[in-house]
Amino acid sequence: MSQAPDSSRGPVVTPGRVVIGVCLLAPFVAMLWVGSYARTDPTFIGIPFFYWYQMLWVLLSTVLTVIAYKLWQRDQRARAAAKGGAER
Amino acid sequence: MNDGVNGVALAVFIFFFVLVTAMGFLAARWRKAANENSLDEWGLGGRSFGTWVTWFLLGGDLYTAYTFVAVPAAIYAAGAAGFFAVPYTILVYPLIFTFLPRLWSVSHKHGYVTTSDFVRGRFGSKGLSLAVAVTGILATMPYIALQLVGIQAVLDVMGVGGGEDTNWFVKDLPLLIAFGVLAAYTYSSGLRAPALIAFVKDTLIYLVIAVAIIYIPIKLGGFDDIFARASEAYSETNPATGAPRGSLVPGEAGQWTYATLALGSALALFMYPHSITATLSSRSREVIRRNTTILPLYSLMLGLLALLGFMAIAAGVEVSNGQLAIPQLFENMFPAWFAGVAFAAIGIGALVPAAIMSIAAANLFTRNIYKDFIKPDATPAQETKVSKVVSLLVKVGALAFVLTMDKTVAINFQLLGGIWILQTFPALVGGLFTRWFHRWALLAGWAVGMVYGTVAAYGVASPTQKHFGGSSKEIPGIGEIGYIGLTAFVINALVTIALTFVLRAVKAPEGIDETRPQDYTADAGDPGVSTELPLDAAEAAEAADAADAAADGKR
Repeated sequence: MSQAPDSSRGPVVTPGRVVIGVCLLAPFVAMLWVGSYARTDPTFIGIPFFYWYQMLWVLLSTVLTVIAYKLWQRDQRARAAAKGGAER
Repeated sequence: MNDGVNGVALAVFIFFFVLVTAMGFLAARWRKAANENSLDEWGLGGRSFGTWVTWFLLGGDLYTAYTFVAVPAAIYAAGAAGFFAVPYTILVYPLIFTFLPRLWSVSHKHGYVTTSDFVRGRFGSKGLSLAVAVTGILATMPYIALQLVGIQAVLDVMGVGGGEDTNWFVKDLPLLIAFGVLAAYTYSSGLRAPALIAFVKDTLIYLVIAVAIIYIPIKLGGFDDIFARASEAYSETNPATGAPRGSLVPGEAGQWTYATLALGSALALFMYPHSITATLSSRSREVIRRNTTILPLYSLMLGLLALLGFMAIAAGVEVSNGQLAIPQLFENMFPAWFAGVAFAAIGIGALVPAAIMSIAAANLFTRNIYKDFIKPDATPAQETKVSKVVSLLVKVGALAFVLTMDKTVAINFQLLGGIWILQTFPALVGGLFTRWFHRWALLAGWAVGMVYGTVAAYGVASPTQKHFGGSSKEIPGIGEIGYIGLTAFVINALVTIALTFVLRAVKAPEGIDETRPQDYTADAGDPGVSTELPLDAAEAAEAADAADAAADGKR
């Protein structure tokens, strides 16, 4: 823990951070690929697919952002703990 | 559009407006700070807002006449193409999550209040800072214009002035009233007023949406009928263009436009001075990230409201000015008193953001043009005075946009602002992560982007207008139709990168960077990070905590 002073910052790329990145990137892929949802069927209570699918993505992206936020908090806590340990 | 004044609706509307205006004036006393003449106080509300207030403030910026009038009107006019606003708002949150906490940290460490402050500190370039300030002020004007159009539409439908075949004074009366109310109340109370009023506004809006989205479809016989009738209407040929009016699903050709409009708008949104104001007025770095987890609720609202455009068609609303479609739908479907509530929601929903926007633009002018270039030794009282005057001038500029541009496609106001504000992206977001870009290259890229964007937008004709008739054009080299703002941004970025290589090769002098890497991750509580003005830090932090605890009830 204390041989290398730089090690307290930890690696920049960690599995947790990759997941955060994926969570934040997914809405871009889904929404900008318009061809994947430019159709009417199946409808949901009469609303064409094009519309309800995008509204569904509001909820999905919210869930993804919450996951990213929680992982980020954990990441920061772990880092703070590692740093505190190294200083002591 | 209407045969006479709708008395009951108007009375309810006025009631809420008076209520809100009174709150606006009282807001000056809310969480009163030690020095009310300071610019931080008037323009940033003392920078002490917690999660909920920030949420309402940001929401107040994002959901505006754009949501209530412009987007449904775009759907009413052309169908699917107008729905890009939903993916746009979905994409905003990951971007905020990634970029804005860094901006918060570095701003609170160095006392930056605007994006220009940051750019100057980061690149040591007054010229670049001026470019960012001018762009911010310019881009805000059409966005405020959109709000004025929203208020105008409501007053028009209620029968207060308006109509096409009257004299100019009666025709523009709603607009002038909207302008007057907005100006008076921003001038008096600064950012605190919009923050407080945002609570009333959002309560009204949620109520109206809930009722509209349940009551109207039931009255119209369900979504199956609504979409069937809308589909029929879109397939009719528009005599002006000789093509069908619109479609329920974007065709192959429209997909690039759809995606680029969504992406371009999302990138642009948080660059606006008012979004930055709201972000910086939050109390800590974490508040911003936490907010991105609850803000999407607003996107859902936006989507539901967009569907009102279809309902207006299904309900047989026939208006020549699309902006009137939704107010007219409310008037036709609701009892008069509830139509009044709905109109108040739209009106206040336009007023609050317009106030926030003009304050933010005024801050930019005062700090980055007046203080940097005109009167460096200005006292805080002078600064506040200049800001207040400029906030009025910005609204006059907005008025000019309303009077000269085509009001029937109000969404274009917002898209035009986006074309301009996007050109500050490389300097701001680039600067948050790297200092590799050369300040002169950024300035050159900005200039090229601005010129391309403005010229391209000027050249777009619509059936009703020769210039500034739309915001999409063929993308050079790709051949698809795309949002001009995004194209200009890409050109801007390419110029910036190319010139940076050149300038670095010839060792052109770089400015002094006053920030350090750790400044970008600092949070409240770290040494040197002020959550508040240094003047009254302890007192205000205490007050903010108390108010936040009361608002949250649990934290």
